[in-house]
Amino acid sequence: MGEIRLLAPTAILGYGFPIESFKKAMDLKPHLIGIDAGSIDPGPYYLGKGKSFTDRTAVKRDLEIILEAAVNEDIPVLIGTAGGSGAKEHVDWNEEIIKEIAHENDLSFRMARIDADFSKDFVMTKQNAKEITPLTGVSSLTREDIENTNRIVGQMGIEPFQKALVEGARVILAGRAYDPVCFAAKPISEGFDPGLSLHLGKILECAAIAAKPGSGRDCMFGILKDDHFTLFPLGNERSCTPDSVAAHSLYEKSDPFHLHGPGGELDLTETKYEQVDEKTVKVSGTKFVEKPYAIKLEGAKLVGYRSISIAGTRDPVMIDNIEDIIQKVKDSVYDNFGKTEGTLNFRLYGYNGVMGALEPSPNKGHEIGIIIEAVSKTQELANTVLSFARSTMLHIGYEGRLSTAGNLAFPYSPSDIEAGEVYEFSIHHLIENIDPVKTFPIKIEDIGGK
Amino acid sequence: MSEAKLRDVAKVIRSKNAGPYQLTFDIIFNSKEDLEKVKRGKSLTPGLVANLYGFSEDKVLGIHFYPPADAIKITVLREVSSGGVNDTDVYGAQQHAPLLDAKVKLA
Repeated sequence: MGEIRLLAPTAILGYGFPIESFKKAMDLKPHLIGIDAGSIDPGPYYLGKGKSFTDRTAVKRDLEIILEAAVNEDIPVLIGTAGGSGAKEHVDWNEEIIKEIAHENDLSFRMARIDADFSKDFVMTKQNAKEITPLTGVSSLTREDIENTNRIVGQMGIEPFQKALVEGARVILAGRAYDPVCFAAKPISEGFDPGLSLHLGKILECAAIAAKPGSGRDCMFGILKDDHFTLFPLGNERSCTPDSVAAHSLYEKSDPFHLHGPGGELDLTETKYEQVDEKTVKVSGTKFVEKPYAIKLEGAKLVGYRSISIAGTRDPVMIDNIEDIIQKVKDSVYDNFGKTEGTLNFRLYGYNGVMGALEPSPNKGHEIGIIIEAVSKTQELANTVLSFARSTMLHIGYEGRLSTAGNLAFPYSPSDIEAGEVYEFSIHHLIENIDPVKTFPIKIEDIGGK
Repeated sequence: MSEAKLRDVAKVIRSKNAGPYQLTFDIIFNSKEDLEKVKRGKSLTPGLVANLYGFSEDKVLGIHFYPPADAIKITVLREVSSGGVNDTDVYGAQQHAPLLDAKVKLA
């Protein structure tokens, strides 16, 4: 069967990569460049709002280098989870960047755009048919959850990418996709083992993070054969080792042996990692176990608007009394505006700001950073609640107080910052009995074209 | 049987989200022997993790020993989903500290 050579330039489109590494990788004649462009890790805001968490200039920089090289060498470029979250607005944003690059650099290629949005009506129908199940830690979906969700995307598998390749696409820009598929779709089409293809994709989607030292902004190269794959980083200072690759295989996953994806799971119980040379590791034994086809849905809903104020205290008497003071400020705000006007929250850095309720040793330092935060149903109301809480806390009297001029140190003027919309994840469920291809519309377009 | 702090036998102790509703901890040991000693010591249990973090044992979804990486993976339910209004750590990347000084038996 021979081999297929895969290049991952960067862990997330827009994270960057050294030109030297990329040139070295291109000299090895990759058959495919794969780029995972998104993640659910930055939280619900970006999906809910339809904005990218990566910067436009940084994304354009990466894509310009990749597209120019790939189009000249006729190497397909497969992008998954465009624009960070992979909803329509994110794909639009990324598509515009690609077209701008093609125009400015006089590049022509066939492009496929694959969307991953799910309509609320469709999800409601599937919910009524009992074909939606919650993932661990999540409640069953309600009509209200669906109605309140701003955007719903589903993680596509390899199938829409494979169809776009058959239709001659040389650049594939996809919405929300299971992370490994931009690497695994082509090799699986060509008959390579799905378990090895997806496992290699799972490592490559983070580029050189699986090397030592790890980096999300450096290139990684994978070579897939019929019964194993090898991989190595391109940066001179990096190497892959069996433990760096094995440790990465369990990164961000709940179970190191079974990794779930559309249509089945990766079984790593028999996987072997061996050092081949100084930089290269060989991996074998990973299996793909087919399961009934299901797609993971993600959705986020708007829960309000936020305003924050950043302050600190260096007064030991105040620090001793901080819980009482916060309670008094809250009582005072609720007395003035009623308790229904949203959430008022105090984050105490230097005390329990990082771990909150999980903090096992809430020792107060000699100073405490305080973020006062109001979340309300409108921005105006959040501003009002925050402003009232901030001025109350600044001047409130407390047991043993000596410092009667003011309780808080503010590093900024204005002290109050509008932080805008607040979203929460509202859908994290599996949808069953679904067509792996037709669910994700593919639009083919010839770009440039002289 | 002896006892050690995890930070003295591990080279990596990290936390991260595994999706928005779960936190996962990776403890990667200095050697295969150290992983085996901790495994035989049988003290790294859901009860120990629940005590460290002050939540109930049913929040601990799994403790997996993974010899290829000389690692133990612990996965727990999140108190608040990532980025929720009262969340303190969107990436879940700074929840590992109580594990550093956790005492485990070595056998």
